[in-house]
Amino acid sequence: MAVIVRIPTQLRPLAGGSSEISVEATTVAEALKALDSAHPGFQDRLFDEKGILRRFVNVFVADEDIRFLSGVDSPVPSGTTISIVPAVAGG
Amino acid sequence: MPFVEGLRCRECARPYPAEALHVCEWCFGPLEVVYDYEAIAATVSRERIAAGPLTIWRYADLLPARPEGAVDLGAGFTPLVRADRLAAELGLGELWLKNDTLNPTGSFKDRVVSVALTKARELGFKVAACASTGNLANSVAAHAARAGMASVVCIPSDLEPGKVVTTAVFGGHLIAIDGTYDEVNRLCAELAGEHTDWAFVNVNVRTYYAEGSKTLAYEVAEQLGWQIPDHVVVPVASGSQLTKIAKGFSELAAVGLIGEAPAVRISGAQAAGCSPVATAFESGADFITPVRPATIAKSLAIGNPADGVYALDTVRSSGGALASVSDEEIVEGIRLLARTEGIFAETAGGVTVATLGRLAAQGVVRSDERVVAYITGNGLKTIEAVADSARPTATIAPTLAAFEAAVDVAEVY
Repeated sequence: MAVIVRIPTQLRPLAGGSSEISVEATTVAEALKALDSAHPGFQDRLFDEKGILRRFVNVFVADEDIRFLSGVDSPVPSGTTISIVPAVAGG
Repeated sequence: MPFVEGLRCRECARPYPAEALHVCEWCFGPLEVVYDYEAIAATVSRERIAAGPLTIWRYADLLPARPEGAVDLGAGFTPLVRADRLAAELGLGELWLKNDTLNPTGSFKDRVVSVALTKARELGFKVAACASTGNLANSVAAHAARAGMASVVCIPSDLEPGKVVTTAVFGGHLIAIDGTYDEVNRLCAELAGEHTDWAFVNVNVRTYYAEGSKTLAYEVAEQLGWQIPDHVVVPVASGSQLTKIAKGFSELAAVGLIGEAPAVRISGAQAAGCSPVATAFESGADFITPVRPATIAKSLAIGNPADGVYALDTVRSSGGALASVSDEEIVEGIRLLARTEGIFAETAGGVTVATLGRLAAQGVVRSDERVVAYITGNGLKTIEAVADSARPTATIAPTLAAFEAAVDVAEVY
């Protein structure tokens, strides 16, 4: 099922400058893995050496922070937009 | 500014040039300004500071922007007042209040905005922008007006009416967004990626902006005769202010303005309706779980605090504590501060005073300590918080008889 991943400015060079990439996935983890397969490099940037999402990376499914859902296991219905957003902002 | 060497990621230490960057391109960690402290130490002195303006710019050697032509409404050098009557109520000894309600737009945000927009103008930006819970909105709109910059200020649509009016009056674009602050913030983080020629003070120039809060430490030290308090209590929203106050105290030793590295304990105050950092402190966690805010302290209602983990580390390593207080305690904190010290604070001040009381009762803040509480915003902005309980004692006809009937004269004393 196709979902859209919105790419933050900092990572667009990995995706040839694109701000959105369409991937096949049913969960956030699958979507990010598919992103790395299509455009190698995302895995290292988004996850630490233990494979845990870096603490200054926020991920949203539609408009919901995945920490309010099921983390990287959160389901992503077809057509959903996943946004990767730097956490360092505000206050 | 001449003393800035560059920027560095706080997480992975990768270096960056001193440009409009706030996030490490590798790991998304926050970037920090790196200074040449040896060069600052060779230049700065207590006398040089004393000869400077009565604003944050007296500490320009320790700030990341040039003071010449600063975007300046006169932020900083607010009163540090001894608070014996409040101390007596709370069972404390030597208590001081840093009264930052007296900044140009009524909150500490004028410090960070003055630094941010001064740097933004140096970098060539023509548009000032921000995500705000209100105080920052006031300050960005006012400083942008002063600087002749356009402004785009984004706020949650349910902000206190006072904070909306006191932003809109300065002109510029004020965008009210149907969502929480965290949603507004996320939108601005995305907008900053699309409009790279706009200076979002707390997004793409946040690295510089946050440095303005260091002046809260410098001023307290200078106003105490270049002494460091034993314990400070700071309200926590994003956690940036608390972290930068700690940095400010330690820098004073790094540049030789005080003798040794200070051992100041740093405690944080949150509203129970939005206490992700206090909750992590109490549970022993080393990460922050975001929350959905529900509190009258809207200026502190950040459920997903960017510097939460750093504030947590700072509090723990300093031997301080974090606590949270209910909305009722916040209102009582505002009233206690007002009736004992004559300072009318907004809800964040109520959070700080109530938390100070809580920590004093627990013996965390002690009566043998020299304590400073930071009162960071003016109560005139959030009068609805106390409007129900702060009312006329009586409403009467203009006659002596009516006065005597309504007022127990013996009770006045």
